Amino acid sequence: MLAAQFVGALVVVLAARRSRSAAAWTAAAVMASGLVALVPLMPAALSGEVLTTRIPWLPEWGLDFALRLDGLGLLFTLLILGIGLLIVLYAAYYMPAYDRLGRFYALLLAFAGGMLGVVLAENIILMLVFWEITSLTSFLLIAYKYEAHDARIAARMALAVTGGGGLALLAGLLLLGNIAGSFELTVILAKGDVIRAHPYYPVILVLVLLGAFTKSGQFPFHFWLPNAMAAPTPVSAYLHSATMVKAGVFLLARLYPVLSGTDLWLVLVGTTGAVTFAYGAYVAILKHDFKGLLAYSTISHLGLITLLFGLDTPMSAIAAVFHIINHAIFKASLFMAAGIVDHECGTRDMRRINGMFKYMPWTATLGILAAGSMAGVPLLNGFLSKEMFFTETVGHFAFQGYAKWLLPAFATVAGIFSVAYSARFVHDVFFNGEPVDLPKTPHEPPRWMRFPVEILVGLVLLVGVLPQFAVGAILLAAADAVLPFPVPDFKLAVWHGWNLPLAMSLAAFGLGLMHYWRRHRLFALHEKYAPKIASRVAFERVYRDAGRLASWLLRLIDTRSLQRYLALLIAFVCMLGSWAWVSLPGRPLTGPLPSTPMDGAAIVAFAGLLVGALGTVVWHRQRLVAVIFLSTVGLMVSLAFIRFKAPDLALTQLSVEVVTIVLLLLSLRFLPGQVTIRSSVLRKLRDGALALLGGAGVAALTYAMLTRPFETISGYHLANAYAGGGGTNVVNVILVDFRGFDTLGEIAVLAMAALGLHALVDGLRLKPYAESAKQDADRYPIMLAEMMRPLLPLALAVSVYILLRGHNLPGGGFIAGLIAAVAFMLQYLASGIDFATTRMRLDYMRILGAGLLIATATGLASWLFDRPFLTSTFGYVHPPMIEKFELASAMVFDLGVFLVVLASILLALSELGTLSRRELIAEPSSREES
Amino acid sequence: MEFLVSAAIGLLTASGLYLILRPTTFSVVLGLTLLSYAVNALIFVGGRLGASAPPLILPGTSGHADPLPQALVLTAIVIGFGMTAYLVALALKAKGESGSDHVDAGEER
Repeated sequence: MLAAQFVGALVVVLAARRSRSAAAWTAAAVMASGLVALVPLMPAALSGEVLTTRIPWLPEWGLDFALRLDGLGLLFTLLILGIGLLIVLYAAYYMPAYDRLGRFYALLLAFAGGMLGVVLAENIILMLVFWEITSLTSFLLIAYKYEAHDARIAARMALAVTGGGGLALLAGLLLLGNIAGSFELTVILAKGDVIRAHPYYPVILVLVLLGAFTKSGQFPFHFWLPNAMAAPTPVSAYLHSATMVKAGVFLLARLYPVLSGTDLWLVLVGTTGAVTFAYGAYVAILKHDFKGLLAYSTISHLGLITLLFGLDTPMSAIAAVFHIINHAIFKASLFMAAGIVDHECGTRDMRRINGMFKYMPWTATLGILAAGSMAGVPLLNGFLSKEMFFTETVGHFAFQGYAKWLLPAFATVAGIFSVAYSARFVHDVFFNGEPVDLPKTPHEPPRWMRFPVEILVGLVLLVGVLPQFAVGAILLAAADAVLPFPVPDFKLAVWHGWNLPLAMSLAAFGLGLMHYWRRHRLFALHEKYAPKIASRVAFERVYRDAGRLASWLLRLIDTRSLQRYLALLIAFVCMLGSWAWVSLPGRPLTGPLPSTPMDGAAIVAFAGLLVGALGTVVWHRQRLVAVIFLSTVGLMVSLAFIRFKAPDLALTQLSVEVVTIVLLLLSLRFLPGQVTIRSSVLRKLRDGALALLGGAGVAALTYAMLTRPFETISGYHLANAYAGGGGTNVVNVILVDFRGFDTLGEIAVLAMAALGLHALVDGLRLKPYAESAKQDADRYPIMLAEMMRPLLPLALAVSVYILLRGHNLPGGGFIAGLIAAVAFMLQYLASGIDFATTRMRLDYMRILGAGLLIATATGLASWLFDRPFLTSTFGYVHPPMIEKFELASAMVFDLGVFLVVLASILLALSELGTLSRRELIAEPSSREES
Repeated sequence: MEFLVSAAIGLLTASGLYLILRPTTFSVVLGLTLLSYAVNALIFVGGRLGASAPPLILPGTSGHADPLPQALVLTAIVIGFGMTAYLVALALKAKGESGSDHVDAGEER
C-alpha cells in the first residue's frame, strides 16, 4: 500500500503526458486502492490488535523496514487516504486548465505516501525518514507555483522550520531508542517508565516536542503555516487539515504513552498548546484574507489539540484524538469551500467578497455548516470535542482553590475568539451586503467540484448527530493505542444535560458574536498597539543575517591566497605536533637504540647539503642560481642513499635529479630571471618562524624514530624474494612482484601527470624573456654533439642491461627508463631540438600507452592461469651462445614500467622544449601574449 | 650519525616550507622539490641506519637494509618528478593566462 503511493506518483507523471484526466484518475485510483487494501485489515485493528510486518533493512543496526497498524495508525490512514481521495477529485476542477497536473499529483501522492509512512512506521528511525519525506514533498507542494516569489519564500520557510524540527526530532528519537535499547515502537512503548525515570528524559522530551511543534505550527513556530497558504488551495486543504500539521500531533499521540504523565509534559505541552490556541484564535479574526483566517484558525485548533494532550487526563487525550478527526473533516471542507469562493471570485479579500449566499447558495450552506462546526455549534461535530474540552478544563488536577477557575475561564475566552472568527468567515463572505469590485462574476461551481465538500459536510453532520455510531469504534481503537492504560468507559453523546461546559459554550457564543460585532474597534486597536515584529519578520531577519554571517566568515577564512592557506595549514600541523609531544609523559626524545658513529664523509656531505639548501633559500629570487644550488642538494641526497646501502635509490635519485634540473631550466626561459614580487619583512619573519618550527619538529621526529627499535615486515620480503619472486634484488622484486599492483598504480599516476602537462601546455603561448632569447643564437657545442651521437646507442644498451639485470642487481624498469630518458635528452641538448626531432620520430604518447598496456596485460595474463591479478612466474632459459639466464614474467611488467617512465619524462621535456621553439619560429619580433 | 641525519632532514623541511610560502610560483616549485627530498629521506630512514649491506640477496651477505622503504621511496622519487613537471607546466600556464607568476595569479597581497 505504501509502495503504491510512490509507484503511483511515477505512474501519474506518465499518465499526465497523455491527458489531464488520466492523471486525475490514476491518482484517485492509487488513493482508492489504498483504502480498499485497508478494509480487510480493519476488523483486527479495530479490535485493538497491532498488526506488524517487517522486511530486514539494516538488521545489524537494529533498523528494519517495519510497519505497524494499530487503532491510531488506522485512524490516520483513513484520514490521509479518504481526504486525499476527495482532494484529488477537487483539485481536478480547481487547478487551472492549462496545468496538466502530472507534477501536482505526483507530489501529492508522494506526500501522502510519506504521511502514511509516518503513521504506519514501527521503527522510529523509519518514521523519521518518512517524516523528512513529508517535509520535502510539502516544500515542493507549497512552492508549486514556483514562479511566484512569495510561494518560494513560504516554501523555504516551511522547509527551514520543519526541517530544523526534524533534526531535533532525530536527536530525540536516537536518544529515545538508545535508552529503550531498540528502535521498535513496540519495545519503546513498553518502556515508558524506564524512559521517564531516565536523567535524559527532559532532553528527549524537549527535542521530540520541538519536532512535533514545528510540524504542527505551534507558537512560536507557527509563522510558516499562514505563509504556506501561498500553495494552491487543494494543497492547503490537504496539508492543513488531515496531514502535514497533523503529523506533529500524531507524534504527540504516538509517544503519549512514553513521554506523558510528568509535570514537565504538563507544563511544556499544556502551555504551548494553550498559548497557540488563544493566539491563533485572536489573530484569525484580524485577517482579511480568508485563507489567512483559516490558517490561523488551524493554528488555533492545533493548539487546542496540543493543549488537550497536555492536560494529560485520559478523557482529554480521547478528546484530542476525537478533535483530530473533527478538525480534519471540517477544516478540509472549509478550505475546499473557501477554494470554491476564491476560484469563482478571483480574490480572497473578505473586504471585497460579500454576499456570496446570493450567488452560490448551496456552497454557502456547506461553508456555513463547516464554519459552524469550527465554532462549535451543537449538532455539528466540532461541538462535541469542544464540549469534551470544556469538561476537562473544569476541575483539572493541576489547579487548586480559586485557581480552579483559571482554566475554564481561559477556555471560554479562547472559545469566544473561535466563535468570533467563525462568525466573521460566515458573515463576511456569504452575507454582509454586496461584493465589492470582483474580477469575476461568481456562480455555483461545477457539480463534482462541490461533491467532496458535500461528503465532508455530510460527515460533519453525521458525527455531530450520531457520534457514537459514526466514530465510536475507531475512536475507541485509537484511544486504546494512545493511552498507556485501559481506556475509561466513555460514550459520545450530543446531550449531556444542563451543566457547566454547556454554560461555557453558550457564554462563548454570546460573547463571540458580540466580539465579532465590535470587530472594527478591535481592528483599530490592533493597528495601533500590536507590536510590529511578527515571528515571520524575525525569521526572515535571522535567515538573512545567517546568510550574511556565513559569507562574512567565508571571506574571513577563504582569502583565496595560497600563502595564507599554506601558512595556516603548517601552523596547525606544528600546533598538533607540539601538543602531542608536550602531552606525552616525560617528553622523551632520545630512544634506547645506540647511535651509530659519525664519519668524516657524512659531515662533508651534510655541509654540502647545508650549503645547497640554504643557498636555494637565500638566492631563490635569482632563479638560475637557485636551481644550481638545488641540484647540489639532490646530489647530496643521492650520496646519502649510497651511504645507507640503497643503490637503487641512489641511481634513481641521480637520474631524476638530472631530468628535474633540465626541466626547471627549460621553464626558466619563460620566467623573468629576477623575482620582482617582494614579501614584507613581517611576512618573511612569520614564514621563517613557521619554517623553522616545522623543520625542528620534523628533525625531532626523525631523531626520535631513529633511536627507537622497530618491527618490520621486510623479513618476509627478504626471505621470499628469491624463492617466490625469482630475484635477488629485493627492492625490485617488491616493486614488480610483491607490490606490483601499487607500482601499476604509480606508473598510471606518472602517465597521467605527463598527459596532464601535455594538456596544460598544449596551445599555450608564452613570450620568452629577452635575456634568455639572446643566447639562442649561440651554436651548439661541437664536442658535445659529436660525442653524443655514438654515445646514444651505448647509453641505450646500458639501459637495457640495467632493465634486464634489475631483478637481481640494482636496476629495473624505473632506473632503466630514467637512464634512457637522460640519453635521449642529451641528444636534444647537444644538437638542438630540430636535429633531434627530425631524427627521432617517436610518438611519446603511443609509447606511454604501450607501456601501460604491457604492464596491465602482464597482470591480466595471470588470470589465464587461474591466478590472482599480477601473479608472477619465472624460469630459466638456455639460449645458445649466452650463459643461462632467468626470465620472469615480472620482467615483462618491468618493461612496461620502463616504457612509461621513459615516455613520461620525454613527453614532459619535449613539450616544454618545443614550447620555446614554437614561439621562436612563430614570432621573430615580440608579440604580446594572450 | 642519527643526529646528523635528523638535522639534515629538518634542514630540508625548513627550507622547503619557507620556499613554498613565497609568493612566486617558481619558488613554490623549488620548495616542493626540497620538501619531497625531505619526505623521501624520512621514509627511507624509517628502515634505520645501521644496515651493513644493500638489500640484495647475494651469497655471504648479512645485515641487509630494509627493502620496503626503499621500494616505496623509489617510486616516490619518480612520481615526485611527475609532480614537479606538472607544477612547472601549471606555473607556466598561469603565467600565460594571467601574465603574472604570483601564486594567486596576479592578486597582489
